[in-house]
Amino acid sequence: METKKTSLYQLHQDCNAKFVEFAGYHMPIQYSEGIVEEHKFTRNHSGIFDVSHMGQLFIYGGEELIKDLEKIFPLDLKNLKLNHSKYSFLMDKDAGIQDDLIITKIDEGFLIILNAACKDNDFKFLKELLKEKYKMVLDENRSLIAIQGPKSSQILNEVVDGVKDLNFMSGNWFLFDNQIVYITRSGYTGEDGFEISIPNNFAEKLTRELINKGSKLAGLGARDTLRLEAGLCLYGHDLDKNKTPVEANLKWAISKERISKGDFIGSDIIIKQLNDGVTKIRVGIKPEGRIIAREKTKIFNQSDVHIGEITSGTFGPSVNGPVAMGYVENEFSKKNTKVFLEVRGKKYAANICSLPFYKKSYVKGVNQ
Amino acid sequence: MSEVKYSKEHEWIKLEGDVATIGITKHATEMLGDIVFAELPEKGSNVEKDGTAGVVESTKAASDVYTPVSGEVVDINQEILDDPSKINQDPENFAWFFKLKIKDKSEMDSLMNKDEYDKFAKENNA
Repeated sequence: METKKTSLYQLHQDCNAKFVEFAGYHMPIQYSEGIVEEHKFTRNHSGIFDVSHMGQLFIYGGEELIKDLEKIFPLDLKNLKLNHSKYSFLMDKDAGIQDDLIITKIDEGFLIILNAACKDNDFKFLKELLKEKYKMVLDENRSLIAIQGPKSSQILNEVVDGVKDLNFMSGNWFLFDNQIVYITRSGYTGEDGFEISIPNNFAEKLTRELINKGSKLAGLGARDTLRLEAGLCLYGHDLDKNKTPVEANLKWAISKERISKGDFIGSDIIIKQLNDGVTKIRVGIKPEGRIIAREKTKIFNQSDVHIGEITSGTFGPSVNGPVAMGYVENEFSKKNTKVFLEVRGKKYAANICSLPFYKKSYVKGVNQ
Repeated sequence: MSEVKYSKEHEWIKLEGDVATIGITKHATEMLGDIVFAELPEKGSNVEKDGTAGVVESTKAASDVYTPVSGEVVDINQEILDDPSKINQDPENFAWFFKLKIKDKSEMDSLMNKDEYDKFAKENNA
């Protein structure tokens, strides 16, 4: 299959992007300034990320759709207010995570943002589960542009009036160049920011205007270091079919109301794990020195027993040191537990730590 | 007069007397991206031609550093261990990696000169 290009491909080229193939798309891993600069600029000012490879799934329906989706997602969707978003996941019957996602209630139904590598499978899976009762569109005609960092609200508001009044994890329709765009206040960097769903033909114009107002393009490399510092999971690495939301330490995303009834896919396992505990769990891991422990690095306890594995590890530019997350046996998951990481045949000391590694406050309750 | 030579693994080597200074090329740093970690051989240890003599890690990945000649490590550059970003800033001067007391000068013969390396780097622009 031919590698796809997003509508910003030409702009990426103009900005000297280095490309990688990611989930079947030519995506920019970095631009000329490099990952560290792009990371820091996003933390301190504003970075723009092309995330058009991600799936934008619109499902149209009313009350019945809400009931049907509640059989799939562990969310209290009937009480999800219009234009509000929730983080969730698609699970199989064993509560293995098939994808993680953001679902937003819109006027005519729901908008679900899916991972690029999973979107086609998710679409099939949902279509079968919903028995083709509802109109579903995995929209290839819209791009998705994220703008992240402390100056983003001001910059985006100059281009799309009114966005600064959005609350975190909520969205609305706005006008850009007479086009209807859907903007949510959300992101994947640990910073305040927005994601803009916009018709493909207008994505480049919007992005160029944001650059003119002082934001800069940042690639998937910086996106990865930012999200890891923020303690956020990357599907296919920190999450997959062999891990449940409870093991992934994501039980905060499961509605308590829904657990009491337990009538969603995977609920038996979720309830069992919530009651009985889990054997492995996702934790933050901070190496003591400068050594970087990457994905698949083995984790040992003080008695040299293998107790787990790193699922994501890199150098955190804002932390100015190595950061990692991974899964360890539950009894070693307490904060400040000393562990050892095997890198190139040698063992290096590290400590279990709480996430995130880097903390910033999201904008909450502008209108509350 | 000391001549700088280059290896296919993107190291540069400068021989003065019987001491060789070794580092990685600018082209290598451009391929690696931001270097955030470096590991060097121990002073006093012996390294063999084409063997591993260190590691550099960028935000993206780890890469081995090889030695283009054999010898005894007589000095290492502590400054790049303390601040690996210096490797990106000045890879072919300030950010040398290690110095070897060279065992066999003829090992230099098979290495490339600047023109040959520039051509090689251009053709192997991974």
